This record gives sequence, structure tokens and C-alpha cells, in this order.
Amino acid sequence: MKNLDSVFAAYIVGWGVFFVFYLTIAKRTSNLRAELDRLKSSLPRAK
Amino acid sequence: MTKRIILGAVAILLVIVAAYASFFIAPQERTMGLIQRIFYFHAATAWAGEMTFFVCFLANLLYVWKRQPKYDWLGVSSAEVGLACITVVLITGPIWAHPVWGIWWTWDARLTSTFVLWLLYVSYLLLRTLIEEPERRALLSALFGIFAFLDVPLVFFSIRWWRTQHPQPVIMGGSGSGLDPTMSKVFFFSVLAMHVLAAFLIVERYVLEKMKSEFDFLAREVEAQ
Repeated sequence: MKNLDSVFAAYIVGWGVFFVFYLTIAKRTSNLRAELDRLKSSLPRAK
Repeated sequence: MTKRIILGAVAILLVIVAAYASFFIAPQERTMGLIQRIFYFHAATAWAGEMTFFVCFLANLLYVWKRQPKYDWLGVSSAEVGLACITVVLITGPIWAHPVWGIWWTWDARLTSTFVLWLLYVSYLLLRTLIEEPERRALLSALFGIFAFLDVPLVFFSIRWWRTQHPQPVIMGGSGSGLDPTMSKVFFFSVLAMHVLAAFLIVERYVLEKMKSEFDFLAREVEAQ
């Protein structure tokens, strides 16, 4: 099984990049949703 | 929301099947052996990345023409996903190259043009952070995105136009090129899987960008009161 470590590394690192990218999108979306809800709730009070 | 979950589930299923097919269905390549199996992931991701940049290019053109924010959201979303794909390509390529060529990297036409592509879309995203006014940011980044896309055909044709250290094309490479039929099926299945994954990521990123725009609008309204 020559080069199995390289093949394994390529797939793990590659999928790792996509996974981390997806996590950053999910995290940013969740934070922004919370901020948006806070902002929406502050609007009627401001009026 | 349900459609997004279904798209995500389909993307995950397809990439798992594609990875299985790359290891257990595609036959072993005669000269390179096991290391050639990186090709199914590396090249399929490169194709998905280039297609994603094409979507970005179309969105940029549509923004310049119609000036609707949805095209700006699509442009930045596809640029980020394309950048993730090209990052994977630039990582998996050297991992394949080291055992095969004996070097991690060489400045040949394909590798250099791909690295330039990565730098161009990093610049596209950086440019967006430097301009505060939304319409000006959208227009300038759309114009820059149209310019950045010029490198995509250069990347695609570099191994056809010039003699490179990078292997010559096995798909659409003219006479003398080609893949074993099973390898070809596995490759095109991997291409499909990576395109569905890219589409899922673009949709997720688009939702975020749309939400950001709504947030900015409300924040301005609160500030004005």
C-alpha cells in the first residue's frame, strides 16, 4: 500500500477545508440571526 | 429550509459515494498506483471551483447590468465557495506531486495560473472589506470579479497550450488522451458530487449574505431614529 498516507492526507485535509468552511458559514449565520432578532425587537421600542 | 437540508443531505451522500467509488470501484492506475486516486478528488474539485467562478462571473455581469443586490450576494457567495475549492486543489495537488514528481511545487503554467486565480479571488474578497458603502462595494467588486474570471480559461487551457510539468489533459485532451471507462464514470460521478456540494455551500452562503443585507438595512433604520 505505497503512498496510502499521502492519499489519506489529501482526502482528510481536503474534506477538512470544506468542513471548516461550512462551520464558519453556519457560525456566522447563527450569530447574525441572533443579532437580527435583537435588532428587530429593538425597532418597535424605538418607534 | 427543508430544501436546503435535503440539498445538504444529497451533497453529503454523493461525496461519500464518490469517495467510495474512487477507492474501491475505480481500477488501480498502472504506473502511479494508489496515489493516482487523489485525481478523482483533486480534478473534480478543480472543475467545481471553475464552475463556481463562472457563476460568480455571471452574477457580476448581471449586477453591473441590473444593479440588483441579489446578484451581488450571489457573486460573493460563489467567490467564497470557489476559493474554498481552489484552496483544496492547491493542497491536494502538491500532496499528489511529491511522491510522483519528487517535488511539492513547480512554477509551470498550470500551477502558476491556478495560484494566481486563488490570489485574484482572495483580492476580490479583501476588496469588499475595504469599501463601506454597499452599492459602491457591489459595483467595484463586480467589475473586479469580471476581470478575475479572465484567469479561469487560462487555467483550463494552460495544459493544452503549453508544455507543463502538470500532466496533460485526460478529459477533452484530443487524440491520444482518455481514461479507462470505469475511471471515467467514477471521475464524472465525482464531478457531479462536487458540483452538488458547491451548490449547497453557495446556497448556505447566499442566505447569510441576504441576512447581512437585511441587518445593515435595519441597523441604518435604528440609527436614523
